[in-house]
Amino acid sequence: MIWRIDVFAKKKASSSKIASDIGDLGNFKVAGVYTRKVYLLEADLDSEKMNQIASRLLIDPVTQEYSLSEGIFKVPPSDTQILITYNAGVCDPVGLSLEKAVSDLSFEIKSARTASFFELNGLSKEDISYIAPRILYNPLIEHILEYEKAGKLTTLDEFSGKDYKFDLATVDLLEADSFKLKEISKLGCLSLSLEEMTIIQDYFRKLKRSPTDCELETIATLWSEHCAHKTFRGVIEYSEKNSEGEIIKKETINSLLKSTLMRATKELAHSGCVSVFEDNSGVVAFDENNNICFKVETHNHPSSLEPYGGASTGIGGVIRDILGTGCAAKPFASIDVFCFSPWKIAHENVPQGLLHPKRIMKGVIKGVRDYGNRMGIPTICGAVLFDERFLGNPLVYCGTLGILPKNKSFKESQPGDLVILCGAKTGRDGIHGATFSSKELDEHTVGLTTAVQVGNPIEEKKLTEAILRARDKDLFSSITDCGAGGISSAITELAQAHGVKVDLEKVPLKYRGLNYTEIWISESQERMVFFSRPENLTELEKIFREEEVPLTVVGRVTDTHKLELSYQGSKVCDLDMDFIFNLPKLEKKAVWICKKQKDSKIKPKESYNEDLKNLLASPNIAPKDWILREYDHEVQAGSVTKSIYGINRIALSDSAVSRPDLNSQKCVVVGFGINPFYSDIDPYWMAALAIDEALRNVICAGAGLEKTFVLDNFSWASPQDELVLGGLVRASKACYDFSTYFGVPFISGKDSLYNEYDVSGKHIAIPGTLLISAMSVMDDYRKVTSNIFKCVDNLVYIIGSTKPQMAASEYFRQLKITSGILPEVDRNRAKDTFSNLSRVIAKGLVESCHDCSEGGLAVSIAEMCIGADLGVNIFLGEVPGPEGMLDYEVLFSESASRFIVEVKKENQKEFEACLKGLEFGLIGCVCGEKKLVIYSQTNKQVIDTTIAELRGSWMKTFDEFR
Amino acid sequence: MKPKALIIRTAGTNCDKETEFAFQAAGVKTCLHHINYIKEKPDFSDYQILCIPGGFSYGDDLGAGKILSLEFICWFKESLQRFVDRGGLILGICNGFQVLTKTGILPDADFRQKVTLTDNDSGRFEDRWVYLKVESQSVWLKDMDERICLPVAHGEGKFYAEKDILDRIEGNHQVVLRYTDKDLNLAGYPFNPNGSLNNIAGITDSTGRVLGLMPHPERFIFKHHCPFYKYKEVFPFGVKFFSNAADYFK
Repeated sequence: MIWRIDVFAKKKASSSKIASDIGDLGNFKVAGVYTRKVYLLEADLDSEKMNQIASRLLIDPVTQEYSLSEGIFKVPPSDTQILITYNAGVCDPVGLSLEKAVSDLSFEIKSARTASFFELNGLSKEDISYIAPRILYNPLIEHILEYEKAGKLTTLDEFSGKDYKFDLATVDLLEADSFKLKEISKLGCLSLSLEEMTIIQDYFRKLKRSPTDCELETIATLWSEHCAHKTFRGVIEYSEKNSEGEIIKKETINSLLKSTLMRATKELAHSGCVSVFEDNSGVVAFDENNNICFKVETHNHPSSLEPYGGASTGIGGVIRDILGTGCAAKPFASIDVFCFSPWKIAHENVPQGLLHPKRIMKGVIKGVRDYGNRMGIPTICGAVLFDERFLGNPLVYCGTLGILPKNKSFKESQPGDLVILCGAKTGRDGIHGATFSSKELDEHTVGLTTAVQVGNPIEEKKLTEAILRARDKDLFSSITDCGAGGISSAITELAQAHGVKVDLEKVPLKYRGLNYTEIWISESQERMVFFSRPENLTELEKIFREEEVPLTVVGRVTDTHKLELSYQGSKVCDLDMDFIFNLPKLEKKAVWICKKQKDSKIKPKESYNEDLKNLLASPNIAPKDWILREYDHEVQAGSVTKSIYGINRIALSDSAVSRPDLNSQKCVVVGFGINPFYSDIDPYWMAALAIDEALRNVICAGAGLEKTFVLDNFSWASPQDELVLGGLVRASKACYDFSTYFGVPFISGKDSLYNEYDVSGKHIAIPGTLLISAMSVMDDYRKVTSNIFKCVDNLVYIIGSTKPQMAASEYFRQLKITSGILPEVDRNRAKDTFSNLSRVIAKGLVESCHDCSEGGLAVSIAEMCIGADLGVNIFLGEVPGPEGMLDYEVLFSESASRFIVEVKKENQKEFEACLKGLEFGLIGCVCGEKKLVIYSQTNKQVIDTTIAELRGSWMKTFDEFR
Repeated sequence: MKPKALIIRTAGTNCDKETEFAFQAAGVKTCLHHINYIKEKPDFSDYQILCIPGGFSYGDDLGAGKILSLEFICWFKESLQRFVDRGGLILGICNGFQVLTKTGILPDADFRQKVTLTDNDSGRFEDRWVYLKVESQSVWLKDMDERICLPVAHGEGKFYAEKDILDRIEGNHQVVLRYTDKDLNLAGYPFNPNGSLNNIAGITDSTGRVLGLMPHPERFIFKHHCPFYKYKEVFPFGVKFFSNAADYFK
């Protein structure tokens, strides 16, 4: 029978958060919102035992009470009450923990689930049915328990599926014409093109048999954009046209990846690269004992549909990438970067089928927070950008860094190895995730509900501990994570060189009813696969039992070069590895049309006080301390520079610095570059500037280019559009050019394409967005510098040249000016600037250093003042740059490769001597009065404001979230 | 004598390694074990110090520290009682503090829950640095500055008890750490980061040998841990907690 236990606070209080969210939705007169946690337990226990469970387990006796009743509903809920639970098959982590805890009390129950009860007083039934799916639950993963149905339930089995009876399915492919082939791909959600379907057809014609559904799914998964990166590895016919439409350049690119990003790394042949573009993350040298690795992933599509689940499984996935690097690295820090639509849009202006951007933002942040914090991996830094075009396709970048012993940096496997699956059980979660993320979203996508899932961080935490213990005892020789495609891609890729046999019925299942193909392609979270010699099994089982992590032998590595799957003794898949991994190269067309940039000037003003304050208040510039504080950014005790620091703890650093090993003086610096707005004018310079920005951010901390590595993450619209693909080619070319120029190799990357949305006849594509993440190794954490002013009377310098480059700048975009000249990275000077600055910082001549990015030098200096609560006087006439610039250009231009540097007077001579040959200017000094005063090129005060006022503007934008 | 500390971890414990590092740096021998290993032979007689580090034991799924405290009661009640009676030291940090209150080791070591740590008033997890007033000279806090600073990072850290209990532990001077502003005045949010009654950040049992606190001393054992270490001379206050434990057995 089912028992229901409601837990509520002794002191009844209305939830002001939910009430205020309801207020955001419209004019509802809510008189009070009351919530309760509800536990549903199926058990053959009497009420006395249930009371014991409730009182000992489910309540905090100091603050909470409970009520116990039989059945899900004793009485029908009133019109203002609703009870929400997860859909069948969605992970319910609390339910699982409850099952474990009850067994500690030596009681037996069949199953446990959780639900949430809401009472929304003062609202009508209609109001509630409008509000609930917008605020209280997401129909993709949850539903309302209705009295009519749920009231009669006597078992929770409804939630766990029906038995499955084996029935081998084959797909009639051999005789299919092209129309039929396309239909097979579409109906099966395979996302395979006609060309690919034809190649598959030929393969099976040679074998003289039809494929099983499982074989077709396997090929679709391993050939998906998500797993195989078809666009980046395919053939691109690229042409460049001038603004008159004449072709000025033609080129056939055979693998964009190999001819740009990987080529740069190959040519640089950097001695610090250990394993790059090969494993689940990029591995570089750290110290005599350890290497470090870094991976950044996107989880855009799932986050657009279910922000909390999408973001949490995003961070969970990239953590497993680190665990699956070499023979398992230990994750020591995470990062995240988001692009959202501005959150102040009216609900009625959000197209049908999309979530409100505020809900997306809150859900994504909460997802990263809950997963990262529970994993005990500090989320050390991040960035958030806003643009309307992210309305249907928010971007969620999650990255993790790991540390691994040098002798555990590579994988080995041999025939006879056991194939071991460990971690969570397998359910129907995320089926078709890989193929799903390889297509554009539309209103119908919402029907593909199984692609959305929720993570369970504690499962992954246990998994991490068990794997690292087994690693340290040399109990396995290769490992990988189950990401897109689940065990299908994990096992197949790991066994690629030899061949493998897998018994699918051995895979432990969360619930009944999964067929063999579902088991094979399920993307259930928190699972890993590793290969081990049979003699290690006993010891492995001991460790995993203690850590309470399921571990199952599901197959064996063979020497047949075949992928052989069976289910209950019948063969369900028999494919040649060579065929699976010999992907057809797709041909695509790409065109880039060169646009002429037109300079534009606006009328100069007497005072730029207001303009500066408006810039500081821009959502792209204003501080996101409120997000960072929700992340445990200090766990593992490695933080050297935190994202939030300073006396008043409102300074935000350019980069974060961590010590992955407390026994070593060495530290790791992480910084980002991202600016999708430049993409609208030229993705080439967008990419170059992103690299420049990421490098500036690590240089500011004191890192040097010679131990700096970069990662690329492209989020782009559909590559089927030749202009869109043209932009992607341009950006990749810039990556090659500037990676080789700066001497910083790419070590890992990922692309997320098809970020477009078609809704009610409207087509929204995101701007081409490249996130560059830079990671540097520094030898001594005590040499790390920070980015806010230190002391009165110190001198303030600018390094680098300021030019009238206002296009797509934060200033021009605020004024809605779309013309102007785009910044460029100066290939004659930038590298020298960076190298010299690193040298003077290493010599200890620099007190603080901050780069100029969004908002130009004025914003940069303002940030250095606000963080330190110190004032400065600045003279624009001393800023190096071309003649005849207007004051606003000097103040707000976003010219590349520039830094503001604070230097002690006694170090002036030595500092300047070190920078000989570079463009720099002594532009002012730190002063006792807490004011920012900037004099124009003709020595008039163009900015004169107190630091308190600046701080006010800077802080107010996100006050509603603090 | 070099004392020996047993650090107990379980699924979701996540501050165990740095807590072990802090103990070792202070000259304490350590054993870091999974609770399932200890369950095989629940005997603490080899140890002088017990520590329950921070984290999210079992995801804090039924409330912070709830399931782990149930395991303590079911498996370790007698051995814990013996350990306390024998004069051993116990430290519960953050999730460990939550476990000590829910197990009923704090405030009275009688295995009855009288106080709790509940949802922050802000309704969310927060990681921030706080000033603390040290109001005791008991074992763990001996010779400390009156004002120290440490980071907190939790979502359920609001100290709560009924008035009679609160008055009693105040009267017994069991409240040993209080959130203050930088001039040692009691102040509201964010100085008191969670809305704790009486600004309580940490309490001991009547002997002072059992300490539970929400702030993380193991996260301030190097100067660079402090968010303003570049601006003024700072002392890594967290070190003192661990060295006091080591000194106690000298």
